[in-house]
Amino acid sequence: MSQSFHRLLPEEAHSALVRIAALKSDGPTPVKMQAKGLTVSYSAKEAVKDVTIDVHENEVLALIGPSGCGKSTFLRVLNRMNDTIDGVTVKGSVTLDGQDIYAPNVDAVLVRRRVGMVFQRSNPFPKSIFENVAYGLRIAGIREGGLIAQRVERALRQAALWDEVKDRLTESGLSLSGGQQQRLCIARALAVEPEVLLMDEPASALDPIATAKVEDLVAELRSDLTIVIVTHNMQQAARVSQKTGFFYMGKLVEVGDTTTLFTRPKERATEDYITGRFG
Amino acid sequence: MQDVATIPREIESTRPSRSLVAKGRIVERLVEGLIKLVALVSIAAVLLILLFVGKEALPVLTSAIVQKEVTLGGMFASREGLFSWQPVSDIPKYNILPLLVGSVKVTLIALVFAVPLSVSAALYVSEMAGKRTRELLKPAIELLAGVPSVVIGFFALVVLSSWVQAAFGTEHRLNALVAGLGLAFAICPIVFSVSEDALRAVPGSYRTAATALGSSRSQTTLRVILPAAGPGIAAAIVLGFGRAIGETMIVVLASGNAALLDGSLDHSARTITATIAQELGEVVVGSPHYHVLFFLGALLFVSTFAVNFFGERMVHGMRAKLGGSR
Repeated sequence: MSQSFHRLLPEEAHSALVRIAALKSDGPTPVKMQAKGLTVSYSAKEAVKDVTIDVHENEVLALIGPSGCGKSTFLRVLNRMNDTIDGVTVKGSVTLDGQDIYAPNVDAVLVRRRVGMVFQRSNPFPKSIFENVAYGLRIAGIREGGLIAQRVERALRQAALWDEVKDRLTESGLSLSGGQQQRLCIARALAVEPEVLLMDEPASALDPIATAKVEDLVAELRSDLTIVIVTHNMQQAARVSQKTGFFYMGKLVEVGDTTTLFTRPKERATEDYITGRFG
Repeated sequence: MQDVATIPREIESTRPSRSLVAKGRIVERLVEGLIKLVALVSIAAVLLILLFVGKEALPVLTSAIVQKEVTLGGMFASREGLFSWQPVSDIPKYNILPLLVGSVKVTLIALVFAVPLSVSAALYVSEMAGKRTRELLKPAIELLAGVPSVVIGFFALVVLSSWVQAAFGTEHRLNALVAGLGLAFAICPIVFSVSEDALRAVPGSYRTAATALGSSRSQTTLRVILPAAGPGIAAAIVLGFGRAIGETMIVVLASGNAALLDGSLDHSARTITATIAQELGEVVVGSPHYHVLFFLGALLFVSTFAVNFFGERMVHGMRAKLGGSR
């Protein structure tokens, strides 16, 4: 571990050390994203009601709750993916490193380059495996072939896919299996080095083995970035996250340390949900 | 709604009988046979046309009487340094190279103008236009496909040719460029329509993925949607090619019809289709000229078939490359 730092640039090394130190100490890491009084509505219907929550750096925040409780809508607000849907209005504020991402002068495209997203259904482009991962770099204006190749390899390694695809990088991304496709999508999101990664039920369409791989990945990625993961699977939330938030009927009922929330929930609704009384 | 209380207690059962033994399903078989027959008739009709054209074209290769006037080699070789199509002169000359070049030239001009125009229009309608604009534009452009080609030809002959002459100062009023532009009008709707369908068939998940990676709208359109629709757009171009090379009325009216062997755009051109249309009505049945015209028809048939076949293969190849082996 200590040896590898020699190869990093001083600035990067410094920030890495700071991050590692923060991970080791018990104190909370700085707030990466924050939602304050957030209300999201589709035309007249409110899908998310008055949600306030902090997402801390290098932390995995899991969002749980029954279908239609607003957790996915909330997730999509964090990188302005709701902008592409007609009739969505967002009230309240969402900040990234203290900057309001819904401020009028903010370009949603630039927000999405810093806050990446992985979807429930894997959606690789009908391009080669290599080009799938390189896509985000190319649209960001990176032209240098060597640099792109390095970044692609690193992203595929981070997504634990490199060994499986290194000999077939020119094959279509759609030729991979379902689990591999999802990891390809994770690699594609990681290639542009986002600071936050949003995952919308990333393993719900996968078999148990592929699910385990994605979960391991989430745990590893935490040292590099901040993750918000929406899941239907409470065991999954318990396994991968440090903080868990419980959404119900558009409201954030409770948020806290994952262990606490699952063992000693404060709210009755949370307890009912995690003990399987509804949902 | 019927009051529940008024429904009689005893309802007749509608459950199917429990016997699994096949009963005579004569009507079923009859309908099936009829549909099959109709399908076969349409295929047979096309085959019979091909057979008929082939039969009438064959004497060019086999009949001694025809070969006294024209041979296969003679249709391509120069005669005293000239490549002439003059089937009714004192010494009939049957060089078909000017006709082939004329057809290809006019078709390529049409594609050069029609493809970028139609594909851009399709991109606009499917990716950029609002819902209202799209619902107005798409049927409007597709309606153009219903304009009879004689009307387009007339327009090219009377209006377009004057414009082209005014714009480029062409020496001859009717020329390959005017005919090609007229043809472009004719194939735009089909290239547009098929391309637009291909673009709209691109799954929304690609768009979402591209957006989430920080693509602007134009990046999404040009780098994800357009390549994903590539096979469909290629198919549209192949269709447009087939329509253009087979189109007759527009080129009869607007090309000038002089069988010249050259590559220039502002000279008159004569296509295979225009030649058949204009000469077959006057020709002596069974004469060498008659058989040569059928030979031209067969040639057109085969070349269109070949382009469609290889076009299809190419589209398949592109699909396989995009989609992997599955």
